Amino acid sequence: MRNISIEEIISNIKDMCIEANYKLASDVDASIRDAYDKEISPLGKRVLGQLLDNLDIAENDLIPICQDTGMVIVFVAIGQEVHIEGGFLEEAINEGIRRGYQEGYLRKSIVSDPLIRNNTQDNTPGIIHYDIVPGNQLEITISPKGFGSENMSRIYMLKPSDEDQGIKKTVLETVKLAGPNACPPIVVGIGIGGSFEKCALLAKRALTRDISIRSDKPHIRKLEEELLSAINDMGIGPAGLGGRTTALGVNIETYPTHIAGLPVAVNIGCHVNRHVTRVI
Amino acid sequence: MDKYIKTPLLNINNLEAGDYVYITGVIYSARDAAHKRMYEALMSGEDLPFSIKDNIIYYMGPSPARKDQIIGSAGPTTASRMDKYTPRLLDMGLSGMIGKGTRGSEVIESMIKNKAVYFAATGGAGALLSKCIKESKVIAYDDLGTEAIHELYVENFPLIVAIDSKGKNLYELHAQIS
Ligand code: SF4
Repeated sequence: MRNISIEEIISNIKDMCIEANYKLASDVDASIRDAYDKEISPLGKRVLGQLLDNLDIAENDLIPICQDTGMVIVFVAIGQEVHIEGGFLEEAINEGIRRGYQEGYLRKSIVSDPLIRNNTQDNTPGIIHYDIVPGNQLEITISPKGFGSENMSRIYMLKPSDEDQGIKKTVLETVKLAGPNACPPIVVGIGIGGSFEKCALLAKRALTRDISIRSDKPHIRKLEEELLSAINDMGIGPAGLGGRTTALGVNIETYPTHIAGLPVAVNIGCHVNRHVTRVI
Repeated sequence: MDKYIKTPLLNINNLEAGDYVYITGVIYSARDAAHKRMYEALMSGEDLPFSIKDNIIYYMGPSPARKDQIIGSAGPTTASRMDKYTPRLLDMGLSGMIGKGTRGSEVIESMIKNKAVYFAATGGAGALLSKCIKESKVIAYDDLGTEAIHELYVENFPLIVAIDSKGKNLYELHAQIS
């Protein structure tokens, strides 16, 4: 058994929330720079130039990259030899979010009830997913998610006979519907397989993977590459005003599924695709 | 083409979809909750909290400002969520809107009828855009926090004319090309 105090968890979560909102993950940053060099539409290039300036200003002048500092999605992989001491893990995570959003001058965007809609004033609760894994460490990934792009996400319960062609059709349809609303260039997280809820979770998880790393399964890697080029052939472009840079990356995660099903979830992430991981 | 314009917006016929525009002057922020309240105020015969004629609404809810800052991050939110309330405001003389993403056909028809323009600001460039905001004060619905109505004085605020007063829609033009 290894003891980890809730104070340590709180302070890490706090710092991660702030870091994610002021400095873009290096994979996404690099890919926007690369897109700027390659973009052929003059307006598209101008928009990408604004995004690069924006990243510099955010970091140097301490202004969040985007005013929508998101709902905090948290993935926690808990080593089964870890013992949390001093309080409850879930409360500690929310306390870290509370402090991060207060001390980091981040926007509080959460309402306590989806219909009554009163702001909770501290950006809690986060959405927390737990995994129990071997070992004595705690791996935490946080991803503050903006809803301009979240709102454009879709789930499809396809049939096995739809195959990869059916998957491509649904992904392209989702990207087209998302259009300018999702703040392109986007990152596309796709979950294939599992069940209704599992594929959505896979898609969310896919958004937290480094976009320069392809799937280790050859057929999935091929699908990622083909989808990325098909999406960039659509011409939606930066800010949806035309150009070749519509997506910065396509990440797919898969899971075994039932003989009768082919669930597909497409989670759209914007160019402010924030993710920070730490191991405690 | 790059154009420099001032608020209030008086001469919008020369703004064309695709123009890159720098705006200087006063604009007003309002997003979902403020629109709902303004709409309810109108329904019950009350006045709006600011004069809407020839003015511009920016669909935006900022992040909090630090002590030495005028405003926090301040980029656009998705405009179509305001579509339900917009034709009514256009009928009252609203002449410009700033947001991201395209608008519904009812809004576009009302823009043509009332001679109004819709500008796109770059989504996710809130730090950059905040640098052009030189003054900010909450003038109504304080209790809505980030969603309160702010009166903003902007200088050379960078925008692109997305839909002009003749209904020409830059998003649609690109949809056709692709
Ligand atoms: S979709 Fe992303 S970039 Fe666009 S406003 Fe929301 S958080 Fe910001």
